Amino acid sequence: MSHFIVKQPGLLTLIQDRGRYGAHNLGLTNGGPLDPLAFDWANRLLGNKINDTCLEVSFGGLTLESQVDSCMAITGAEVACKVNGKLIEQWRSYHIKKNDLIEFGYTTAGVRAYLAVSGGFKIPPSFGSSATVVRENVGGLNGEKLQTGDELPCSPESFGTCLSVAEADRPQYGNQAILRVVLGYQQQAFRTLQKLKFFSSRYTVTDRSDRMGFRLEGETIHTDMVSMLSEGICHGAIQIPADGQPIVLMNDRQTIGGYPKIGSVIPIDTAKLAQLLPGSSITFEEISLEDAHNIHTLHLSCYQNCTTLDH
Amino acid sequence: MKIEIAGHDAFIIYFADNASAEVSALIQAAVNNLKAQMAELLIDLVPSYASLLVIYDINLCDHFEVLKRLNSALSNLSSVDTVSGELITLPVYYSTESGPDLTVIAAQANLSIEAVIDIHQQGEYRVYAIGFAPGFAYLGEVDPRIASPRLTTPRMKVPQGAVAIADRQTAVYPAPSPGGWNLIGLCPTRMFDPDKTPTMPVQVGDRVQFKAIDYDEFVFLGGELDTEL
Repeated sequence: MSHFIVKQPGLLTLIQDRGRYGAHNLGLTNGGPLDPLAFDWANRLLGNKINDTCLEVSFGGLTLESQVDSCMAITGAEVACKVNGKLIEQWRSYHIKKNDLIEFGYTTAGVRAYLAVSGGFKIPPSFGSSATVVRENVGGLNGEKLQTGDELPCSPESFGTCLSVAEADRPQYGNQAILRVVLGYQQQAFRTLQKLKFFSSRYTVTDRSDRMGFRLEGETIHTDMVSMLSEGICHGAIQIPADGQPIVLMNDRQTIGGYPKIGSVIPIDTAKLAQLLPGSSITFEEISLEDAHNIHTLHLSCYQNCTTLDH
Repeated sequence: MKIEIAGHDAFIIYFADNASAEVSALIQAAVNNLKAQMAELLIDLVPSYASLLVIYDINLCDHFEVLKRLNSALSNLSSVDTVSGELITLPVYYSTESGPDLTVIAAQANLSIEAVIDIHQQGEYRVYAIGFAPGFAYLGEVDPRIASPRLTTPRMKVPQGAVAIADRQTAVYPAPSPGGWNLIGLCPTRMFDPDKTPTMPVQVGDRVQFKAIDYDEFVFLGGELDTEL
């Protein structure tokens, strides 16, 4: 089968599809792209299926050599990308030829970039998904991040029309975000004053943030809850441990845990959080479940807006 | 029974304030009903001690629909059989060599090491939850005489197969990991094997018994002593 060769893996490059679902009964978490918006755009630009396997390139530094004629798109974090030494634009698709060298610099705005190829990388699924979860040693190639010399199989695809994402639909990555929260779980164990504090304070992303969870620092939130039984944790859940500092639980979170939770951040906003560096600033905003569903549905329509490029 | 919002695509159902075999059996019945009556809307289910997290597909339905379907699936939970599920026997090589915390537990309980091992073996444990790591099954409940709090400083590395106690829970570590539970022995049965069907020897709702084996049998069954213990 045709493939790409990893010349340099970069700091943290992971094989990801949309994630592993239906395996929580074995204690397996979801994995999948921390920023599913940028991930979906990468596949969309190549006319791929929504669950086709891409690379999540955190912080940059990846170099690939193509052994195949294909098409490629890079979305997500701002990063200088070169093909055979020539800078290329993100948020559009390109033809790639055999022996082309694709080089990522380091991210300059945002943290996670996504690289898709026509038809997706052909990685055999583990438990129904190619998503790499290093902590569980599951998915990807041997459950690990990319290493020098890895071969990424893909099928040679016929050349299609190149597409581009409209300027207005490209996210801007900065150093702050508003995270919208659906109240839930143990929210009644937080008094009104504590909730007001939570929704009116500014939190800082700490360097103890990873694919499991983002630990924030700021105003301390108290709960009246002394102990609770461990229970299922959904994506985006905001855990408040005894030190009162919130942790937003992400794709590689443990599936059950015993800390009180005030609610959950919607995925469109955990995607924003995933693009923030330590030191960035966060505020939370309460929304209703109805609003959360409306935002989700409205968001899906933006993927219709691809522009065809002349070639 | 109480249903709360968990997230934009999830509800959590609380069945009771405390864990018990009856509550666990009720949750198992709920899992069966949900799978039978609304499987097409479900993405995943996470049963635990006294709750069930239900993750649904918001591309197919809204929360009004899910709540309606949940209420109907939960309204006729059939009579509860607490001895449902399989009975699985796991072999354990108990010794101070394979279980370095046996001595402490025995001293705390004012019992001999042999008595601690006997008490652990006499119990029939229910699989209350699976999580924390792939294949990690929370088993309960341990006889109060040998219940023991977590270590103040967790170990950096607990070996694969370690049989351990924390408060009134017991478990077998499926893979090497950091851990703060008290180690009492080693089990040669793999608790998580991606190449095997089923991947795990137990599932939530099953019952587990431990059976003491000697060192030779432990090695014969594929066990290995960790030199770092």
